[in-house]
Amino acid sequence: MSVLLDVQNVTKRFGGVVANEEVSLTVKRGEIAGLIGPNGSGKTTLFGSIAGAHAVDGGDILFEGRSIRHLRSAPIARRGLLRTYQQTRIYDDMTCTENMAISAREAQGGLLSLLRPVPRATNARAGDLLGFVGLYEKRDDRAGSLSFGQQKLLEFAMALMNEPKLLLLDEPTAGINPTLINGLIDRLRRANTELGVTLLVIEHNMRVIMNLAHRITCLAHGRVLAEGVPEEVRNDKRVLDAYLGVA
Amino acid sequence: MSRISDWYIMGAIALAGLAGPLLLPGLATQIAFLWLMVVFALTWDMLGGRMGYNSFGNIVFFGIGCYAAAVVQRDAGLPYFEALALGLLAGAVCAVLAAVVFGAAMLGIRGHYFAIGTLGLGIAAGEVAAGWDYVGAGSGMALPLYPGELGQRELFFCYSLFALAAICFLCCRAVYATRFGLALNAIRDDHDKADAMGLRTTPIKIFAWALSAFFLALSGGLAANMIGFIDPRDVAFAGATFGVWMVLMAILGGKGTLWGPVLGAFVFHVTQELFWTWLLGWQRVALGLLIVIIVVFFPQGIMGWLAERRARAEAGT
Repeated sequence: MSVLLDVQNVTKRFGGVVANEEVSLTVKRGEIAGLIGPNGSGKTTLFGSIAGAHAVDGGDILFEGRSIRHLRSAPIARRGLLRTYQQTRIYDDMTCTENMAISAREAQGGLLSLLRPVPRATNARAGDLLGFVGLYEKRDDRAGSLSFGQQKLLEFAMALMNEPKLLLLDEPTAGINPTLINGLIDRLRRANTELGVTLLVIEHNMRVIMNLAHRITCLAHGRVLAEGVPEEVRNDKRVLDAYLGVA
Repeated sequence: MSRISDWYIMGAIALAGLAGPLLLPGLATQIAFLWLMVVFALTWDMLGGRMGYNSFGNIVFFGIGCYAAAVVQRDAGLPYFEALALGLLAGAVCAVLAAVVFGAAMLGIRGHYFAIGTLGLGIAAGEVAAGWDYVGAGSGMALPLYPGELGQRELFFCYSLFALAAICFLCCRAVYATRFGLALNAIRDDHDKADAMGLRTTPIKIFAWALSAFFLALSGGLAANMIGFIDPRDVAFAGATFGVWMVLMAILGGKGTLWGPVLGAFVFHVTQELFWTWLLGWQRVALGLLIVIIVVFFPQGIMGWLAERRARAEAGT
């Protein structure tokens, strides 16, 4: 499998706080990669750095072999690298279908292409994907009226609507009803296998990430602590210490 | 509102707009001002309601339209109507260019900062015009006399402004039905998310402001000719009256809705005319009170209030 995302020695500081220090990780095309670590270990900061939310202080980030370090979030998204947010972000005052329609790939075009009605095929696809995450019944509802868990699912569907090559998911199961988590894992897998989206997932729920990911990277205090297949990371003593604290 | 009732309402308004000035020739000027208010509210709502950018500086484009028309009509040496047409065109071009330049500079500013920045823009424009001899400086500019018979003038501007308001409304209606309309809403609801989803937000925002500037400049050229005289601070760059009314009418009717600004303009204009008629001397106090009532009791506007009532009625049954 070829390397899709290559993060090389990325450092990010906020004033005196070093949020990421010399972090390196790779994501291969077609896999599901996991990113874990205790609270404050710099996972979301790393997502921000990759997706262009802020400039990095050192290192380089290659997507499909080209550096995206100096790009902002919009051009990065247009290359096919999207992220979702831990605190879900959707367009509150628009309906679910509208949220989906404006997330389609063709909405990233120039002004002239925007000055056309939403194609019927796009609305149909929006309906399909809303069905995929179980929100078809809510398609005409205001997105802001959905529960937090449903908004999370909507945000996931919006990302899929964009047909990204790589999707960064920040805690997809946080706030989701535990009985629905298995269904969500299944959908993440299907997005990966059926829709061909490579995933990089931040997750606190160990059962979920150990089940889902092919490879896992663990961060602690802004550095990479361990890396490997789930079995290795789970049994790594340093990882256990980082989560539980060392006496 | 469903599509069918939409067409009925548009038809009724078109009928009233065409017949009104003929049936009530004494009110032609007031009716003309009503259409001007409709253009004000609709163009303000493009940014304020649809895109979430509250501009207090849209009056600048109106003023540019006033002055461009006046200068062209003074200097072109053409007959009245040719000069007026050329003046309107010049105003529209200047205003669109100004919107692109100001937009590139200011639309990166968010929230309250954008509102304050645009407020400064409006005030600065008035001061510049008041100090610039080429456009008459503080004494303003007089426009050429309308060539037609007595009474024709009022009818001409009444119908011109009606046509402009109608075209502006239909243009908004068409544009909001496209992906561009959705993109404006997306920027309003979560600008960072829109960026992160790869939307080209900067050109989208500039285009919206330019579209609004285009219609405002045309309305400025027509209004200046109807009033017959441009004062830099009281007519062209009248931020404290026209500039504030734009915002109020859109909020009163319901911002971000298609009919809200139109409804707001009707209610506001009629109320204001009644104040002038029945409360002379107190009309500004009454207007101030009306503004307070709008903001306190109708924060979502009449359309929002109606939608809420309907939702409550449905939940009750």
